[in-house]
Amino acid sequence: MNSDLIINIKNKTFKDEGSSFSHNAIKDLYLKIPNGEFCCLIGPSGCGKTTLLNIVAGLDSSKGSKVFFNNQEHYSDTSISYMFQTPRLLPWLNVIENVNIVLNKRDNKSLKRTEQILDIMGLKKFMYSFPSKLSGGMQRRVALARSFITKPKLLILDEPFVSLNEPIANMLRDMLLQLWKEQPTTILFVTHDIREAIFLSDRIVFLSKAPAKVIKEESITISRPRVFESPIIERKRKQILSKNKNILDGI
Amino acid sequence: MMKIKNINISKNVSIRIYSLLALLVIWYVLSIIINDAVFPAPLLVFKVLINDIKEGELIIHLAITLYRVFLSFFLAMIIGTFIGILMGVKKNLNILLDGWNILFLNIPALVIIILCYVWFGLNEIAAIIAVSLNKIPNVIVTIREGARSIDKKLLEVAKVYKVSPTSTFINFFLPQIYPYIMAAARSGISLIWKIVLVVELLGRSNGIGFKLHEFFQFFDIASILAYTLAFVIIMLLIEYLVILPIDKNINKWRT
Repeated sequence: MNSDLIINIKNKTFKDEGSSFSHNAIKDLYLKIPNGEFCCLIGPSGCGKTTLLNIVAGLDSSKGSKVFFNNQEHYSDTSISYMFQTPRLLPWLNVIENVNIVLNKRDNKSLKRTEQILDIMGLKKFMYSFPSKLSGGMQRRVALARSFITKPKLLILDEPFVSLNEPIANMLRDMLLQLWKEQPTTILFVTHDIREAIFLSDRIVFLSKAPAKVIKEESITISRPRVFESPIIERKRKQILSKNKNILDGI
Repeated sequence: MMKIKNINISKNVSIRIYSLLALLVIWYVLSIIINDAVFPAPLLVFKVLINDIKEGELIIHLAITLYRVFLSFFLAMIIGTFIGILMGVKKNLNILLDGWNILFLNIPALVIIILCYVWFGLNEIAAIIAVSLNKIPNVIVTIREGARSIDKKLLEVAKVYKVSPTSTFINFFLPQIYPYIMAAARSGISLIWKIVLVVELLGRSNGIGFKLHEFFQFFDIASILAYTLAFVIIMLLIEYLVILPIDKNINKWRT
């Protein structure tokens, strides 16, 4: 069975309501992600990365875009998880409820699993706290736990560790890799940090300025486990940047 | 920290009590100056109140009025919330129904009551419908505002994770408009009991409104004030024993 993710977007434009101005966000974008791959997307800000993720997640449907998963175009029965740029927790539910709420079947077994995942995330003490009592880093951990509880076939992350200080971001990256190892899944991860991408992914895909399309792909074959502040990652980063001077600006 | 807070709370409570006592004193002084049966002294009103409670009649009328208040309150809240959410979420429906709502908001309560009695007869159903119809447009306006301010980002979470529509509504949508529901309930219950009295006065043969009408014909002001006092005390108890605890419970995550 072919369980790759294939994204094929001919054209995605946004029309401003009440004016003739329209913004061409994505054009002729083709991307194939093999089953179980950790794929990082890098592109300049405002290039339509979030739009792309929303299309894959099924939040944004338009005629010009086709997304296949497991050879199905309408993969409404496939479990997808999405970790947004902000944690998007429900403020009126405590931590354990926030994680559990996305499960359609809630029983003792699922509760145990939630506790287990929260334990891995170091949140066991805070299971009954409300999100407003947690720090930003802890809220992201809850969101990360929520995205794994459903055992997703596809996990989408949109700059999940942005605006966290480095030690906390590092801890969260390690947690993500640990969960991914225990529960393999295809991952689509957007970032603007090339070092983060090298540390995490199997492959980096570079996107152009809007309208976004794929301009370069780079396989990362460094053996795991990797060390974030290691010379080998730094060397890879320099190598990518020297070969493609303006790749981070979308050329 | 806790201690300071407690001192502040007890200070606030004592201010409230003194202020109410001051009102009682003003009432008493005025009754002495006016010295007329149409302005009875507070003590006389309390005596009448105790007497009426003892005789049992007051309790029966109070119970009937309370029953009407709650029935029409829940009816107005459920229907108003339902329509308010739909109008807040669906733009076209709002355009369609907004004119009707403004119309109903501005029809005087008395007109609705008279029309209900004329069309449905002088019965209990007409009374309940009349009261509810008076309140529903207000509930709609408040709830619609809440439904418009819904954070769509949270609903997207429910959509991605394929949360069932029922669970999405109960866990992702409804809690966002709880403050609006509470506001509608608060202003609703005080408005509704006033309308219920008018409804009773015009077309029922029991309840506090009916009794007030009777006392009015005999110019029995002490009894009028006694019945009013009884009901106000009940409503205060409902505020402190029912509404405040509910409010505290659904807001516990805010602290």
